[in-house]
Amino acid sequence: MTPKDRKYTRDHEWVLIEDGKARIGISDHAQHALGDIVFVELPAVGDGFKPGDSFAVVESVKAASEIYTPVGGEVVEVNEALEAEPERINADPYGAFLAVIAVAELDEAALLDADAYDAFVASEG
Amino acid sequence: MRSYIPNTQRERGEMLAAIGLPDMDALFADIPEGVRLNRPLELSRGMSEIEVRRAFASLAARSGVPHASFRGAGAYGHYIPAAVPQLAMRSEFYTAYTPYQAEMSQGMLQAIFEFQTLICQLTGLDAANASVYDGATAAAEAVNMLTAAKRKNKVLVSAGLHPDVRAVLKTYARFSKTELVEVPLNENGVADIPFIEQNAGDAAGLVAAQPNFFGCLEDTRTLADATHAFGGLFVNYVYPHALGVLARPGELGADIAVGDGQSLGLPLAYGGPYVGFMASTQKLMRNLPGRIAGETTDKDGNRAFVLTLQAREQHIRREKASSNICSNQMLCAVTASIYLSLMGPKGLAEAANQSMQKAHYLAEGMSRVRGIRLRYPATPFFNEFAVDCDRDSEFVSGALKERFIMGGLPLNRIVPGDSGMLWCATELNAREDIDAALSVLEEVFA
Amino acid sequence: MSRSSYPLIFERSRPGRTGCDLPPLDVPALEGLIPEGLVARVTLPLPEVAEVDVVRHYTNLSRRNFGVDNGFYPLGSCTMKYNPKLNEEVSALFDGLHPLADDDCAMGAIRLMAELERQLCAITGFDKFTLQPAAGAHGELTGLMLIRAYHDMRQDFNRNVMLVPDSAHGTNPASAVMAGFETRELVSAPDGGIDLEALRAACGPDTAGLMLTNPSTLGLFEKNIVEVAHIVHEAGGLLYYDGANLNAVMGVARPADMGFDVMHINLHKTFSTPHGGGGPGSGPVGVTAELIPYLPYPVVMMGGAGTASLDYDRPLSIGKVKGFYGNFAVMARAYAYILSLGAEGLREASQNAVLNANYVMNALRDVYDVPHERICMHECVLAPTKRMLDNGVHTTDIAKTLIDYGYHPPTIYFPLIVHEAIMIEPTESESRETLDGFIAAMREIARVALEEPGRLHASPATTPVGRPDEVQAARKPVVRFCE
Repeated sequence: MTPKDRKYTRDHEWVLIEDGKARIGISDHAQHALGDIVFVELPAVGDGFKPGDSFAVVESVKAASEIYTPVGGEVVEVNEALEAEPERINADPYGAFLAVIAVAELDEAALLDADAYDAFVASEG
Repeated sequence: MRSYIPNTQRERGEMLAAIGLPDMDALFADIPEGVRLNRPLELSRGMSEIEVRRAFASLAARSGVPHASFRGAGAYGHYIPAAVPQLAMRSEFYTAYTPYQAEMSQGMLQAIFEFQTLICQLTGLDAANASVYDGATAAAEAVNMLTAAKRKNKVLVSAGLHPDVRAVLKTYARFSKTELVEVPLNENGVADIPFIEQNAGDAAGLVAAQPNFFGCLEDTRTLADATHAFGGLFVNYVYPHALGVLARPGELGADIAVGDGQSLGLPLAYGGPYVGFMASTQKLMRNLPGRIAGETTDKDGNRAFVLTLQAREQHIRREKASSNICSNQMLCAVTASIYLSLMGPKGLAEAANQSMQKAHYLAEGMSRVRGIRLRYPATPFFNEFAVDCDRDSEFVSGALKERFIMGGLPLNRIVPGDSGMLWCATELNAREDIDAALSVLEEVFA
Repeated sequence: MSRSSYPLIFERSRPGRTGCDLPPLDVPALEGLIPEGLVARVTLPLPEVAEVDVVRHYTNLSRRNFGVDNGFYPLGSCTMKYNPKLNEEVSALFDGLHPLADDDCAMGAIRLMAELERQLCAITGFDKFTLQPAAGAHGELTGLMLIRAYHDMRQDFNRNVMLVPDSAHGTNPASAVMAGFETRELVSAPDGGIDLEALRAACGPDTAGLMLTNPSTLGLFEKNIVEVAHIVHEAGGLLYYDGANLNAVMGVARPADMGFDVMHINLHKTFSTPHGGGGPGSGPVGVTAELIPYLPYPVVMMGGAGTASLDYDRPLSIGKVKGFYGNFAVMARAYAYILSLGAEGLREASQNAVLNANYVMNALRDVYDVPHERICMHECVLAPTKRMLDNGVHTTDIAKTLIDYGYHPPTIYFPLIVHEAIMIEPTESESRETLDGFIAAMREIARVALEEPGRLHASPATTPVGRPDEVQAARKPVVRFCE
């Protein structure tokens, strides 16, 4: 079930914006495609990004995926628990956010709602 | 002529027929006519084993190995126990490729894991990789670790590093657009610490040697502290045998230790293959380049070893990899492991102490020769020291060579304009050989 | 071999044991040579073992490993040919030679390097080589630095883009970045070759060069190579040859004649020097005349009457890329190999390498997927059929089952552009009956994959350990022994 409380990108990130802060993670489809996640390279609090920048890397045994932020702004929180337990992303992709960014810029056009994202995933085959 | 091809002409013909091709040339139909080589290669005819041996014997006859050697300068003649090369030449090791298929490569993977552990034990650090090409490239990779970890592109490097190490760092830095600032040596032949404090602005760290190229012992703790004071990381380039008697870099504040493992059981072999080693703190483990073996289990719980943390590497990360390194010096690393296992803590300490004592005996004798002066008499050294002399260094070297002694290195050969010599001793130098060298020097300077 | 763990050397340690013995110190022992702050405070925690412990340990470890001397090792792109024993013996003649020995004492070694260089020039058509790089990737880095230096000398500072096909070895893009370039990926044409239109579109005033393996990682010769070279040169770029696959074309075609400007050779692949379980290798770099000034110093110069010399006076040199002169003893082995084979033997080696690869491909094409149906060069790329994949049989399962038949598996999951790739490089060293045995095993595995697929997931069964848990190894890395 793709949660309807948040938006999605075509690169398979999710973003949940509350009070001007964007919580970002990867979708269930993305964690499934990557397989067992073994390491997450997180940004540092205070790092600044523009929409579309790579802000984290998620690694499985045989692959490494750049994670792109749909919002621009400064990182205000990172999910440090993932450093010791990256497998949380496999277990709970919509709970295991990577980082929270204070939204300064937002590329609305890049974002899909849950139904549109499901359709997009289906169309990718 | 040997081609080492088992198939006979008849078998080749049958195989071509099985594929449905008329002749060998048909296999190369995709190669455009214009780029084919329609003549024999300009090489001599193939040789039999006997002829190849003769060719090598004739070359080797023009490569003289001296009766006694006092030359180090980055390549050291330590004793190699007989078991070392015999075990390293087990063909299951030396004819294998990188252990991509873990189940049939447990021997090499475990040997790598043991090498990593031995390097950690030797350096006092937490993690090590499976080796890089040599000491110089290990230093270059360490500079890349600093700039990546600190996201800064300036690095301080001591003028006390080996000239080849400095040259390689300079080449790599030019193309990676890293700014190297050279820390000069002071009048005592060690890194100038006030210079570090004054030039640290925005630097990612410092690379310095122990002992340095001129044999001098650096104050590692103070160098590490000075580096940490500006927020940088400290890379210590170490001569492994010196760690038989010195405190380890990890205990003195180094974040990374690198060096060349040649002295650990590898022959001089005119410069290679040797082995670069790299160790780091736990925090920097993922910044280490190249292969790393890790421990895990199979599904029945048997301990097993695999190549791990591979997402850092070029075959997965491609242009975003931490390094381009693929092949390393694995067999040389196994050789070093065998050497360290045989020597053990006492053996390595004994070889180190004998090297140091013999070098001091030699230095003491040389300082009594009128016309020879120790360059840094007030600075402690391990097994190597620089001297200045009243006679031309090449003349001195030539006089020793007539007695089948390879004396210290005339420094002008690798440090242009330096008229001194760099002398070295190890446990291989018997007292009578040292006395013989001293008596030749007495004659030369009489 | 039954399943078993094997103790680490550290677990064999017993206090007081040693495997070495040195003569008593024969000079006066001085005290206080090391300043207080630098004195070792603890005994090194190295293992304490006897010589017999060490000998048995490493002998038994070697029995848990597999090399070319054990059997067939068709690892694609790695050219696991037989490593002649003679080369081990003759290269050891120089073991005692110090790298900073006087040149007259090292003349044989310097001359050997000069002669090897001359052989490599004859084989590739290039004008000059440096022997300094220690491996293939190191050669790539060096060659790309030479390209950068060439453009810089021409004040052509905006050529920052290195073109790399999507079928390339991962070292190519990684080396390009280390040499200061950005990479631009070229999507391959359906036949696995360079898409000329895509290449034209990608070339421009920012093109520094193109890196190419020919034959490609699909084992196919780039038929349009002359046109490719023309397009890149017209745009002002240089052409880099990744020599990983040179074993296909010795004596048949030369990279310089194809239009390449720079190349590296893997002596540990094409010229039979042993891979040592991952190294040492040697990656000499050859160049056309216009790039000679930028070669690393010292450059080896051939002299008269059996002499040669080292030239350090190279004002435009990129500098050194390695300590001393490179992996000399590896070079010496390659020199012995080329002396042994000579012109005719090298050509024969390539012919038979290509013959063997085609023989294997032809015998498996009806049971495996062959993505590119044409004559291959020294290696071929297969894949499981759709029915195998539907049965849950993946390339990993095929590879692991081959182990139980006594073969080292081929390279798998590379090149990346072939889904579930199986890349087979038999080399010329293998006899027809070895190939027939491998073919029979592959055919049997294909049958089992369709009829009893579950069996393949349990393999390998004959190795000391089963499939290791790589996820656990990467999530909680243990990279050293801790007591």
